[in-house]
Amino acid sequence: MKRKNDRKPGELRPIVAKVGVIPRADGSALFSMGRTTAIAAVYGPREMHPKRMQSADSAVLKTIYSMAPFSTSERVRPGPSRRSYEICKVTRQALEPAVFLEEFPKAGIYLFINIIEADAGTRTAGINAASLALADAGIPMRDLVTAAAAGKVGNDYFLDLEGKEEDETICDLPIAYMHNEKKVTLMQMDGDISPKDAKGVMDAAIKGCEIIYDIQKKALMEKWGYKKPQAKAAARAEPKKTAEPKKPAETGEKAKTKKAAPKKSTKKEVKK
Amino acid sequence: MTEILKNDRDVVVPGDEIINSMDYLPGKNSFRKGNSIYSKRVGLVSVHGRVISVIPLSGVYIPKAGDMVIGKVSEIQSSGWIADIKSTDRAYLPVSGIREFVDTGKTDMSKIYAVGDIIYAKINVASQSSLQLSMMDPRARKFTSGRIVPISPAKVPRLIGKEGSMINLIKNKTNCRINVGQNGLVWFEGEKENLVTESIRIIERDAIYEGLTDRISELLEKA
Repeated sequence: MKRKNDRKPGELRPIVAKVGVIPRADGSALFSMGRTTAIAAVYGPREMHPKRMQSADSAVLKTIYSMAPFSTSERVRPGPSRRSYEICKVTRQALEPAVFLEEFPKAGIYLFINIIEADAGTRTAGINAASLALADAGIPMRDLVTAAAAGKVGNDYFLDLEGKEEDETICDLPIAYMHNEKKVTLMQMDGDISPKDAKGVMDAAIKGCEIIYDIQKKALMEKWGYKKPQAKAAARAEPKKTAEPKKPAETGEKAKTKKAAPKKSTKKEVKK
Repeated sequence: MTEILKNDRDVVVPGDEIINSMDYLPGKNSFRKGNSIYSKRVGLVSVHGRVISVIPLSGVYIPKAGDMVIGKVSEIQSSGWIADIKSTDRAYLPVSGIREFVDTGKTDMSKIYAVGDIIYAKINVASQSSLQLSMMDPRARKFTSGRIVPISPAKVPRLIGKEGSMINLIKNKTNCRINVGQNGLVWFEGEKENLVTESIRIIERDAIYEGLTDRISELLEKA
């Protein structure tokens, strides 16, 4: 059976992963696969509210998943629903094994996942974004958690199903996976298949996770990694010299902002 | 068999394998699994003899006894104050932690510190059960004027520099009094306040690069 958009059975949708999209949050990330986009924000570890939910020996990971009203063709009623409660719970349980919660007794880590565009696979996109956001927030983790779904359509195992494909599947199986530990932290399944097929679908999903793992690492390095010392020296040298084709423009911009910055701040002070 | 996968000062992300050897020990922000040492956080690898640790690049402030922090009084209780220090928990400043004698039954506590006051205090106790502040330090005081600018707590060591080299440079060149809170809040007051703000912004942005002190020196010299 042929896939939509001429994808191969083991091919993922085009992925965009970006870290640090919400400046006010302690950590944030955007993760999008095809037409499914999730934004995750992490606040904390900070004081846990309500107090009765505090845990004396570890932090509490508070997960909130919600879909934007405009995320699907039919309006999603805002606020918690039976489905979102379930996804909050499975997301939390998928991430908890990776986080060193015991390092912050009594504290709370607040994780918000917002789906702004949905076309199947929102819980996997949400977990991928959440794990990036947690890493961005500097929360100690054993590993990044990666999630992907696979399903059986006809006789093939299709990786990362999109909305139209999901309607035709015999089964749909999202998993979350920890690369280093080789452990599955989330597994759900819709449908009815034989044990042999279940294994095949699972292997396909794990293969997808391995690909996403590399993308997640690259996204983190894009924000936190630094360029080689030589490039740095060139960038810091006189902005007028064209030492490198791309750098001078950047430094030129920086110089402008440097000049503009003090003026702005004085204005703000006056307003206050 | 020793297999070095990351070198000193390399950027690592959680779950990155740093070294595959039993000859090394995991230090801060790293852990051992099997024969290998892995990173817990986004940070820079730092090798000190046989100890491998990761210097974090992000994250909220984790209280440590002896640190000076800037906090905002958020609540008054019968025998102390509660301050928000932007950390994992609220900090408690007991009346026993301030210099003057207070008769809690007769004094109006808000006359000493009111809700909303900004204080510069020392962390006296930081344990699992309590987080206590103290004003019994020559540096501790209440701020009544000046400005406060936030900086990522992970970058505070960079703002201070080796033995205070960076912060002293800024103090001297801008003629400002500066108090750095380890929790990522910086208070300052003086002649060239805008220049201090600008320096802090640059330090926060380019903290992982070397030669930062020279750049800041250059910037302050020009202005």
